[in-house]
Amino acid sequence: MVTNNMTIIIGGDAGQGVESSGAGFCKALARGGLHVYSVQDNRSRIRGGHNFYTIRAQADPIRSWTEPVHLLVALTKESVEIHASKLVKGGAVICDSSLKVEAEPLEQAGIKLINVPLAQLAKDSGGSKVMSNTAALGALAGLTQFPMKYIQSVIHDNFKKKGEKIIDINYKVAQAAYDYVVEHYGRSFEWNLQAVDVEPRMVINGNHAIALGALVGGCNYTSAYPMTPGTSVFEWLTTHADEYGIVSKQMEDEISAICAGIGAAHVGARVIVPTSGGGFSLMVEALGFAGMIEAPIVIVNAQRPGPSTGFATRTEQSDLLFIIYASQGEFPRIVLAPGTTKQCFEAGARAMNLSEKYQTPVIILTDAYLANSFRTVNKSDIDFSSITIDRGEFLTDADLDKLTEKYKRYLITESGISPRAIPGHPKAIFRTTSDEHNEIGEIVEEADIRNRMHTKRMKKLELARQEMRAPDLYGPAQADVTLVCWGSTISEAHEAIHMLNSEKKDAANLLHFVDIWPFPVEKATPFLENAKKRVAVEGNYTAQLAQLIRAETGINMDATILKFDGRPFSPEYIINKLKEVL
Amino acid sequence: MPTVQDYTSVHRPTWCPGCGNYGIWNSLKAALVNQNYELHDVLIVSGIGCGSKLPDYTEANGLMTLHGRPLAVATGCHLANHDLKVVITHGDGDGYSMGGNHFLHTIRRNLDIVDIYQDNKVYGLTKGQYSPTSDKGYKSKTSLGGSIEEAVFPLAVALAAGATFVSRSFAGDTDQLTWLIEQALQHKGYAMIDVFQPCVSFNKINTYQWYQERVYKLQDDPNYDTSNLDLAFQKAREWGDRIPTGIFYQVQRPTYAEQVPTLGKGALVKQGLRNSVPESIKNEFV
Ligand SMILES: Cc1ncc(C[n+]2csc(CCOP(=O)(O)OP(=O)(O)O)c2C)c(N)n1
Ligand code: SF4
Repeated sequence: MVTNNMTIIIGGDAGQGVESSGAGFCKALARGGLHVYSVQDNRSRIRGGHNFYTIRAQADPIRSWTEPVHLLVALTKESVEIHASKLVKGGAVICDSSLKVEAEPLEQAGIKLINVPLAQLAKDSGGSKVMSNTAALGALAGLTQFPMKYIQSVIHDNFKKKGEKIIDINYKVAQAAYDYVVEHYGRSFEWNLQAVDVEPRMVINGNHAIALGALVGGCNYTSAYPMTPGTSVFEWLTTHADEYGIVSKQMEDEISAICAGIGAAHVGARVIVPTSGGGFSLMVEALGFAGMIEAPIVIVNAQRPGPSTGFATRTEQSDLLFIIYASQGEFPRIVLAPGTTKQCFEAGARAMNLSEKYQTPVIILTDAYLANSFRTVNKSDIDFSSITIDRGEFLTDADLDKLTEKYKRYLITESGISPRAIPGHPKAIFRTTSDEHNEIGEIVEEADIRNRMHTKRMKKLELARQEMRAPDLYGPAQADVTLVCWGSTISEAHEAIHMLNSEKKDAANLLHFVDIWPFPVEKATPFLENAKKRVAVEGNYTAQLAQLIRAETGINMDATILKFDGRPFSPEYIINKLKEVL
Repeated sequence: MPTVQDYTSVHRPTWCPGCGNYGIWNSLKAALVNQNYELHDVLIVSGIGCGSKLPDYTEANGLMTLHGRPLAVATGCHLANHDLKVVITHGDGDGYSMGGNHFLHTIRRNLDIVDIYQDNKVYGLTKGQYSPTSDKGYKSKTSLGGSIEEAVFPLAVALAAGATFVSRSFAGDTDQLTWLIEQALQHKGYAMIDVFQPCVSFNKINTYQWYQERVYKLQDDPNYDTSNLDLAFQKAREWGDRIPTGIFYQVQRPTYAEQVPTLGKGALVKQGLRNSVPESIKNEFV
């Protein structure tokens, strides 16, 4: 018996509730005190097409998902065909008896077929066929011996709005499937899941963690145009708008979304504009506008594979260099690429402060995988008390009351940061323009003022660079190989070095970048120089971080491990490739 | 109370002598003064073009944005601080071509803002290409044999999109224009003014004289009913020897900001940033 260490896949057609069952089971596991880590694989369709949800559950903290699967809940025959090969010996497939999945080939591979009349049980319990996925959760709990009360609590929450009667039917459906499995298959399955008595953890995805960070960081304005996978940052803030005093505005396109955000920021709001690469492409001209008028604005780009529409629901890390250089001309910007849930939360809050401190755009760069991946995190790791709101050199009404001279919005200072007023005060009436301007914001064309104003703006980049954090080193200080990555790839790379080091001491360590731009040259260089062999692991074709590191430090990678098939890395993939490239 | 002089920046306009933008600028300043707006309570948002340089010459809060985007920027300014009176000034290229999408959707929102189009039927700043309001057959550097496209009827578009205040004026008639801007400032909701603005350098067709021979005022007819949408549509498409000006259509509808719960507590940026978020919000994820 293996307790509390297994991976489950729920697979089925879009529209069969794979996503809600997956999310529901994650929550139930977390309520039972387990850690969970999930990966979603969705097709860009509302109905039909195979979707699946991978859940790793453990009593100990989880770094990443891994490839071996112990239990497959197959809502379609197709999902058996697709996933059976990933099941370990002794693993099992739960499916509806009516699918008539052949037991023999599975049994030959040492896999048990757990036929359950899911739809029939749902009907017999007073429900309907659509409750098959509730039945599947019951069967899942039955086979893994996971306590039903956690499943029930999730059913309760999910159907709260539909009333007691519906909740009750779903309870019955889940229980019927649970009982059926116990009766027909007993306690024979090798893997089980037991509740652990700990303080309940949060189950949160990257997008929600960013949104929560922004909220705690004082965000009070958001505008967007829906684009997968960025949308749920916007939707979450919209859901909380009335309660927390946020203005949320869906706009007619991403150009207007960022422009409205810049307008709101200009008059003093704390702004976040979430999108994906396609939307960001439309925002590019306005990004430079924000840089020019020194408007503080936070953009989230949850990347998906490009070019163009690419894979609408899949993942990639291919916008890094684009994000750093997008828009004509030169202006300071800050790019953060969080990888863990905690880093997402921190980035949401930190970006708010950085944008106001440096009065310039800040971009949080994530990807579809991270955006959608629900993971447990300790409440204490989402630490509200660690966050303070810093508006930088922001002039309050009281400061402005004391002004004796004409207010200069673009005062040329040593640091490059000009004390910022917002429109509305009698002593700070000022103009702002996307044209080059003088200290009071008038349009000018003289070479001298251009030189001084452009230098002033660009100084902020150097100032911000000093604040950018060093990459984080995971694993032993010295190792045979150093994996170098950014953003979401931290998870699989971290697990990979752990696996490697448990086979051979000091085999590998990991250097992970959250703060990408302005590139922290001085802080990163010693880590890079100290590495015996550097291997960049990135979700793109051209090794964009490796290029950036070379450009900024002159340091080359010894090898690269790249992936651009729209699916996240796995630790096993990294380890296999590592053998090939070294 | 401020004077027109107060609203006039020391930075002098760089418009060509005789440009219709002078009339628009003077009327706007006069209207703001007549309506007792303090300089710091006004935010003039513009795009890019000759006309869009207006904020640079005006002593009020000004925000000169990107070509085509002032309405989108103004939307954010207004929603984040609806205590500021937001006035947008921009050209026909900026507003009806590059900003066409924003034009349509800003109208639908009925934001309490004033939107002034400096409509010279040509691209001024880029030196004389045809624009969306150039009449069919208009010859320019990029329509050598005459424009093949139909000119847009911006007022008809505004009516179709549900604008609550639709009007037109002529930069050569600053009395009417000042009056109209005052009406627009008082209107609760989105107020559009399309202003015929002669471009003396590039538009040799639609000159002061050309307009003077054609424009007439709807409000000269005491029976003109500004609440009649069908009539307004008809007038919005009237073109040729006689061209109507004045208020075509006006209705009252709730503004956008009035319907946003958060803004019920006052202008967003005056509400202060929230002090803290309760720990209990984490339970949503448990
Ligand atoms: C993205 C972009 N494309 C093109 C331009 C060039 N441009 C500047 S003003 C203008 C058109 C000006 O015409 P209009 O908006 O009618 O204003 P006017 O100059 O006539 O007042 C153009 C095309 C620009 N600034 N930005
Ligand atoms: S080019 Fe035309 S629109 Fe521009 S300033 Fe001269 S007259 Fe006015």
